[in-house]
Amino acid sequence: MTKAALLVLADGRFPAGGHAHSGGAEAAVRAGRITGSADLEDFCRGRLHTAGLVAAALAAAAALGADPVALDEAADARTPSPALRGTARRLGRQLLRAARSAWPDAGLDALARTFPKGAHQPVVLGVTARAAGLDARDAAYCAAYESVSGPATAVVRLLSLDPFDATGVLARTAGEVDRVTDRAVAAARTALTEGVEALPAASAPLLEIGAEAHAARPTRLFAS
Amino acid sequence: MTGPASAAPRTLPPAPPAGRAAPAATSSGVRATARLVARTDGRGGTCLPVLESDGPLALRRTRGDADEARVVLVGAMSGPLGGDRFAVRADVEEGARLRLTSAAATIALPGQAGGDARYDLRIRVGDGARLGWLPEPLISARGSDLRVTTRVDVAPTATLVLREEQVLGRVGEEPGRLSGRLVLRVGARLVLDQEVACGPGAPAGWDGPAVLAGHRALGQLLVVRPSFAEHPPEARLLGETASLVPLAGPAVLVTALAPDGLRLRRVLDAALAELG
Repeated sequence: MTKAALLVLADGRFPAGGHAHSGGAEAAVRAGRITGSADLEDFCRGRLHTAGLVAAALAAAAALGADPVALDEAADARTPSPALRGTARRLGRQLLRAARSAWPDAGLDALARTFPKGAHQPVVLGVTARAAGLDARDAAYCAAYESVSGPATAVVRLLSLDPFDATGVLARTAGEVDRVTDRAVAAARTALTEGVEALPAASAPLLEIGAEAHAARPTRLFAS
Repeated sequence: MTGPASAAPRTLPPAPPAGRAAPAATSSGVRATARLVARTDGRGGTCLPVLESDGPLALRRTRGDADEARVVLVGAMSGPLGGDRFAVRADVEEGARLRLTSAAATIALPGQAGGDARYDLRIRVGDGARLGWLPEPLISARGSDLRVTTRVDVAPTATLVLREEQVLGRVGEEPGRLSGRLVLRVGARLVLDQEVACGPGAPAGWDGPAVLAGHRALGQLLVVRPSFAEHPPEARLLGETASLVPLAGPAVLVTALAPDGLRLRRVLDAALAELG
């Protein structure tokens, strides 16, 4: 197995539909809460330590072989916003299609049969990592990094932010991505014996509220 | 536990509740568990066969409706302080009706012993039972460090209305560290599991544009009702910083942020009036 599979999976050009989503950044820009790179950095940190940590732990647990049905229920419970639940399932479905084509695998086939309408994206990500020969840490890294890279890339388009500034945000939060990944993997290992309640449940009220505001808007650049 | 919005001196209640020892005070803080059981009395009303206060957590029965028992949680001393371990166990049995309120806000304060304080609520609502859990806000004072965990198990035929309000700091004061986890199960299904952490020492970004963005009051109203299984209310916004959403189960969650506790209560009251 090759570590380069991690680069394939984490690449923003991997055809799993992520480019159409801003991770809540568009709603925050529209509400005037992100106006430049300093706000973006604060936004990314907040998202990383809440939705990012939860997604990373779910992905790590799935990569370790935890029951996807229990993980999907845990993801639902950690996502009060129905708009965000819908987004997570759509992204999960798109990732599963790309993953089954890239890394044909019985685990991915079984996931598709169990969740015809799509499972939460982090759960699919973990099973995909497993199929690609990657480990739980790799899966958690992908999820944690995506939680900041999605908004950073989106804000370049939304605010015409200098791409160098957005990349600077990613570079400055990299150490925290490492720490969130460590926490996520540790929690996922605990969850194997203690159940899904051992997974983090960190939530960000404005991401939840903003997702509903965004879904209700007639015109938008990003789907979420 | 309760009191005016100032750091009241920590005084013990005049006497421990009948039949119980004084709260276990150790160098690391006070441990106290209050217990409550609500049961149908066989005549269409609800009785309280267990109503156990413990140290700073005093439970008082007040006059209720014909079919509903009412209990007020009265704080008998300040806190929780660092090192304290408070718990409340409430069991609303099959068919019983209970409404719980509190006499005043709970103020988390720093303790001499240091370390964090814990407040652990475990609530069960049985078949066909109804519980309104509507306490006053929790205020996180500067230097305090409190972790609140609320675990609610609701039978699929039961009704629950639960309000949580957190105010970060007294007027003009920096908040302490506060984290609150709320876990709801309806029958065997996990319906909600969420934790909000804020204040100094919380993970970075807690006051930024993804999480609180400078708001100093946050609250939730959780409503579980059997009819929501078939007819869940539609998701909608309640102003700029509040939403009402159907959860993945027969429950609705209102999440609201506001500049202060008063304006937060207005949003939650309006939602409560609408949801009943």
